[in-house]
Amino acid sequence: MDNTLPTGEFDPVQLIRMMSGNGHNRLIGVKYNAHGSGWAELRLPYNSALVSDASTGILASGPIFTMMDMATSMSIWLKSGKFQPQATLDLRIDYLRPAEPGKDVFGRGECYHLTRSIAFVRGQAHDGNPDRPIAHVAGTYMFTAGA
Amino acid sequence: METNSPFARTMGFGSERDSEGRLVLTMAFETNKMGRPGFLHGGAIAGMLEAVAFATLAEALDADDNARIKPINVTVNYLRGGRDALTRARATIERLGRRVANVEAIAWQDDPDNPIAIAQMNLMLQRD
Repeated sequence: MDNTLPTGEFDPVQLIRMMSGNGHNRLIGVKYNAHGSGWAELRLPYNSALVSDASTGILASGPIFTMMDMATSMSIWLKSGKFQPQATLDLRIDYLRPAEPGKDVFGRGECYHLTRSIAFVRGQAHDGNPDRPIAHVAGTYMFTAGA
Repeated sequence: METNSPFARTMGFGSERDSEGRLVLTMAFETNKMGRPGFLHGGAIAGMLEAVAFATLAEALDADDNARIKPINVTVNYLRGGRDALTRARATIERLGRRVANVEAIAWQDDPDNPIAIAQMNLMLQRD
């Protein structure tokens, strides 16, 4: 874990835990895993209530989308060092292969560029081996304060 | 993904038909669909758009077609925040090929002409 992060304005672990314990993130069961300067990693525990087809046990893509939306959102606050309200403009996910049934999925979001009004993000998800990602994401967010 | 998949049940999707007989998914505004306070989570909207794209494509296949539908990618554009209201979603198949289908899905609250989000999805049709 990166401890050089400017934590003056908010505690990232506490913020991520608070966000994952509420609303839709809580329904999906997303958990905090790790973070650093400009990135956040979450964990989606395997849950048979989230599968797309009971006969295969493969997780639906929706919960992975939700986790990556949250991970990339968090990465923006970790990049800027401050919490500010924002809205997703667009998010694209490439589903490289299905997650293996029974395995937790990890999702890391990274904010790689910030302007005054827009944050550019990307990320990857894997089910145990980061070298074999199951999904890639790219997207943009807009800061909504003063909008 | 069918509209009665475990994920769809967890999400609480309902279904109805519009006047042209098209499938429409519905999702009530509930705390467990919320992201920032008072608004739907982008992930909940995306999950709904993907589900209606899957279900609409599955309906369009011939009854004896054993193709399995797998997502290749999805791009979701968020046009306005999802407020405390019933959300509906429907999908249009832009192209149905032998191996790949392209589907556009929209989600709206008051008026389908003012969607809250639009998804473009490529789906693979796998036949063995």
